[in-house]
Amino acid sequence: MRAYIPAYDLRVPASLSEALALLAREPGAWQPFAGGTDLMVLLEAGKLSHKRFLSVAKLDDLRGIESTSADVTLGALTTYSEIQKHRVLQKEFPLLCAAARETGSIATQNRGTIGGNIVNASPAADSPPALLVYDAEVELVSARGVRWLPYHGFHTGYKTMQLASDELLRAVRLPRRVKKWRQYYRKVGTRKAQAISKVCFAGAALVENGAIRDVRIALGSVAPIVLRAVKTEDALCGSKATPAVIAAAMETLAREIAPIDDIRSTARYRLRVAQNLLEEFLSQLAK
Amino acid sequence: MTETFNRIGISCNVNGEQRRVQAFPMERLLEVLREEMRLTGTKEGCGEGECGACAVLMNGAIVNSCLVPAIEADGADIRTIEGMARGEQLNAVQEAFLACGGAQCGICTPGMVIASVALLERHPHPTDAEIREGLAGNLCRCTGYQKIFAAVVRACESSGDKKPVRQ
Repeated sequence: MRAYIPAYDLRVPASLSEALALLAREPGAWQPFAGGTDLMVLLEAGKLSHKRFLSVAKLDDLRGIESTSADVTLGALTTYSEIQKHRVLQKEFPLLCAAARETGSIATQNRGTIGGNIVNASPAADSPPALLVYDAEVELVSARGVRWLPYHGFHTGYKTMQLASDELLRAVRLPRRVKKWRQYYRKVGTRKAQAISKVCFAGAALVENGAIRDVRIALGSVAPIVLRAVKTEDALCGSKATPAVIAAAMETLAREIAPIDDIRSTARYRLRVAQNLLEEFLSQLAK
Repeated sequence: MTETFNRIGISCNVNGEQRRVQAFPMERLLEVLREEMRLTGTKEGCGEGECGACAVLMNGAIVNSCLVPAIEADGADIRTIEGMARGEQLNAVQEAFLACGGAQCGICTPGMVIASVALLERHPHPTDAEIREGLAGNLCRCTGYQKIFAAVVRACESSGDKKPVRQ
């Protein structure tokens, strides 16, 4: 059943300080609302139980992409369309651009934001695997101050995260250390476009003299949170991607992920596809 | 009793005309256009951002109006299907849809035209892949898409001075 629209409030503070003051005054009363590409769907389906939202649309402090020689910082309101157009991201962070391009339609990419994708906390979200691979950090702001956290560990369980009720996610920072890494991204859904992931895989590796010096592997839709496959990474470090090493890594991955049966796919299919994507990623490193 | 909130004033420019309406903050832009402004050319399909029937241009970018809360349209520049023709003169995309049989039942057509216009504004000479990507957010249950694709090809051939890159 559709929601009763007059029962919902959406405030649009004009500045970050005004927004943070509102959150501090009534902790938990207000939930942030960014592009709305997920919340408006829940609203229409009558499944949006929270009633008061704070629109971050006018908060310019949450906008823009800034690059220094050390890192690239994306404001939380950076849209998927803006990510795809950014030269440094295209060149050094292709997994994030690929994720942005494969999220929803262009209409969704024009509204959906990187901050919303993180705070919405869907285990099937497409950009978090890329953020994990890039060792992203997130900046959280409140009337109490500012803190930075590694994105790895930010999500603590299904739809839970280290975000206090008076905090907003302001920015995401990506260290520029993967220029020489070999990178791989693949999303498997029901269709090529406009599909939610059955499995989403992001990987990057630094290969020196044929051996994997360092590696990052992350997957969506295979656990209650988007997962970094740390044990699989550890098993691969220092090795050459030989068929035996790849086969062992696929076994390690199977023990590390916890896919389930749901409307989009089955646990069995997801496990097989996750392993196949790992195999494809590692096979390309061997070349 | 459920707590309710009041309607608020929303001003936006729609198809070149300044409009002011009252709407609930979380009301969908789709409803504001159809019910308050009586611009019923914009259609509701799925109501969950999958089908593109409700697509409009907001500040020059294509969005699904079913996913935009009214309050965020305040101050925006909006173009709907009603703003595509100039008087009786259809635009190049609309002419091409007519010529190629790109419309059947008509429910997806306003969104398809908006998506095509948005595509040609980004890429005046799109490749086949860019056309498919540009239309990927719009579902049609009648045409099988080939005639819509042909209409976009025709529109860029008729409007541009250069031949599009075909690949």
